[in-house]
Amino acid sequence: MSVMTYREALNMALREEMQRDPRVFLIGEEIGVYDGAYKVTQGLLKEFGERRVVDTPICESGFTGLAVGAAMVGLRPVVEMMTFNFAILALDQIVNSAAKMYYMSGGQYNVPMVIRGPGGPAHQLAAQHSQSMEVYFYHVPGLKVVRPSTPPDAKGLLKSAIRDDNPVIFIEAETLYGIKGEVPDDPEFTIPLGKAEIRREGTDVTVFAYMGMLYRALEAAEELAKAGVSCEVVDPRTLRPMDIETMIGSVRKTHRAVVVEAGAGFAGMGSEIAAFVTENAFDDLDAPVERVTGANAPMPYAKNLEQAKTPSKEKIIAAIRRVCHA
Amino acid sequence: MALGYNRDKAAMPRTPLEPRFTIEYLSILDSDGNLDTTLEPQLSPGDLKRMYRAMLLGRRLDERMVRLQRQGRIGTFAPIKGQEASQIGSVFTLRPTDWMVPSFRETAAMLWRGWPIEKILLFFAGYLEGGQPGSDQHDLPITIPVATQLPHAVGLAYAAQYRGDDVVVMAYFGDGATSEGDFHEAMNFAGVWHVPIVFVCQNNQWAISVPLKKQTHSRTLAQKALAYGFPGIQVDGNDLLAVYAASREAVERARAGEGPTLIECVTYRLGVHTTADDPTKYRSDEEVKEWERKDPLTRFSAYLQKRNLLEEALEPQIDAEIAAAVKTFEAREAADPLTMFDHVFGEPPSHLLAQRAELAERLEKGGPRRSDEEQPPPSPPMRGQRKTSRWPS
Ligand SMILES: Cc1ncc(C[n+]2csc(CCOP(=O)(O)OP(=O)(O)O)c2C)c(N)n1
Ligand SMILES: [Mg+2]
Repeated sequence: MSVMTYREALNMALREEMQRDPRVFLIGEEIGVYDGAYKVTQGLLKEFGERRVVDTPICESGFTGLAVGAAMVGLRPVVEMMTFNFAILALDQIVNSAAKMYYMSGGQYNVPMVIRGPGGPAHQLAAQHSQSMEVYFYHVPGLKVVRPSTPPDAKGLLKSAIRDDNPVIFIEAETLYGIKGEVPDDPEFTIPLGKAEIRREGTDVTVFAYMGMLYRALEAAEELAKAGVSCEVVDPRTLRPMDIETMIGSVRKTHRAVVVEAGAGFAGMGSEIAAFVTENAFDDLDAPVERVTGANAPMPYAKNLEQAKTPSKEKIIAAIRRVCHA
Repeated sequence: MALGYNRDKAAMPRTPLEPRFTIEYLSILDSDGNLDTTLEPQLSPGDLKRMYRAMLLGRRLDERMVRLQRQGRIGTFAPIKGQEASQIGSVFTLRPTDWMVPSFRETAAMLWRGWPIEKILLFFAGYLEGGQPGSDQHDLPITIPVATQLPHAVGLAYAAQYRGDDVVVMAYFGDGATSEGDFHEAMNFAGVWHVPIVFVCQNNQWAISVPLKKQTHSRTLAQKALAYGFPGIQVDGNDLLAVYAASREAVERARAGEGPTLIECVTYRLGVHTTADDPTKYRSDEEVKEWERKDPLTRFSAYLQKRNLLEEALEPQIDAEIAAAVKTFEAREAADPLTMFDHVFGEPPSHLLAQRAELAERLEKGGPRRSDEEQPPPSPPMRGQRKTSRWPS
């Protein structure tokens, strides 16, 4: 175990997988000479050279499509989106090609690629740069979608994503790059995709949250513990496929559920979790599932507006109190 | 090219197709102050002074904004230092009724188009109104995704052609933007439809840390226009007179229904990419020094000096104007959080009105929506039979 930042854990995962498997290469904007816009690829150009750490012209659709092609013939590209908001420019390649090639070729060509980079709200990145992009991807059959919330998850899940034979969307968070945690040094340490994690055990209510919202939910749980409300906080980690077993198991135990998400709400993760909790555990519920989401408006640029738009600890506490009638 | 057959003996030899291309490079006033008087545009002393003032305002505001950003008073932005001539020389040729479509590094051009200094500051401090063009302005707001504005610009030009309006569109973008699909798609449309547009590429040699030679293997960016069937010209982008001359010609062509033009302004970003960047990581001081020698402002001020057109005390006057705008900007109250729900839709739908009301209530109470004193809502009717709830209903 070593204590390291989330950023370093990602860097470690990339380095180890590149050492382990010569088919793995990195491609994206500013990832080489500049060490990555967020320094996730620091030092990798130096270590692995230009063939395996490829700085591209500014053409998201182009380099994503190129990666699809390379993956079809057995390479394992890891594409960096400078931010996931720019993956929108590559959406056709991701949705119509990466996700469908295996299906449409009748299983002849699989696309073992990872598309990674930061997404979600950060600090004053405004409307075009702050979107919780996972919602655009987890609807698409054929794509796996991962949102790692801690440094060990960052390492373990990224390594699994790279080893996975399917296209994996791996969305990090700018606000988490600097957080520290204990990360296993073992180069064979991986975390399987599709496994949720109970971050805090509790008995009265299950709170589902990931990324920045996980930390806010944990703070809310801490505060509510003082008031005698015991929250179980569950981090889905992989949004597609989702670990329904662990998540429903928790709700069966607590009988209440609150979903927290940073995005704009409607048709978001909260809707989906609320739906399958209702489908699978309706008779176990003591209250309707509550969603705490961002306002259904584009992300404002001003700091105070940004704060007002994003779910606060207070809003999370209020929702938990509502379902618990506490 | 080796094709593995003997060309001399081929029955159907390759025939060169006309036209083979050449790209023109235009320079009128070089960095040593040499002037080609045969090409010197006929600009009135008043216009020359106004252009210089606009470049200087762009430069001084840029420097002030870097300081404001360092002090945390505005957010990240993209400085223009070094690119003033490319912007003013081109935008000057537009009429107010023409369209100006910026990317994210066109502060000088925006000022020329009538964006108040205060508004530009407000934009980078996060106020929505900072990005709101005046109702009589024909400008699009700043956009961040590289090259997305170019198809829009073609759309504006298409609409002008469609309606028969006497309108020309000028669209700005960088060298890096020429790698995006949107650039090529926009150029192709513009050529096919023959719309009244001028593409102004500010080739400042760098796209963050990526130098031009890693962006394209083309000898020039201007030549890309030829593939789409319209003229492209490369100009010394630090030479105000050359940029002006090329732009005027392009705008006139567009206005006369003769279609699009691509102008590549060869210039240099003397400062950081954005205030979040450290260029020492990827380029040398010598390179920057070399380009400082070609500074568009010193070159043009020397030209004006020779013609006895340099106004005295211009700099303090401009600084005072900037200082006054900074002062009004700083006196502004924090943005109203409720404005986040404005302009999401033309008519706010009920779900947004409800969220707005909820936020208003929360802000009024200065805390969470439901205070502890409030009664819990009645327990919802339960279909389940289980009676394990620890919370009394
Ligand atoms: C679609 C998209 N991809 C990546 C970025 C990140 N980015 C911002 S500016 C920039 C470089 C742009 O270079 P260039 O077009 O030469 O313009 P310059 O910044 O030099 O003015 C990049 C890659 C972006 N804003 N949008
Ligand atoms: Mg550039």
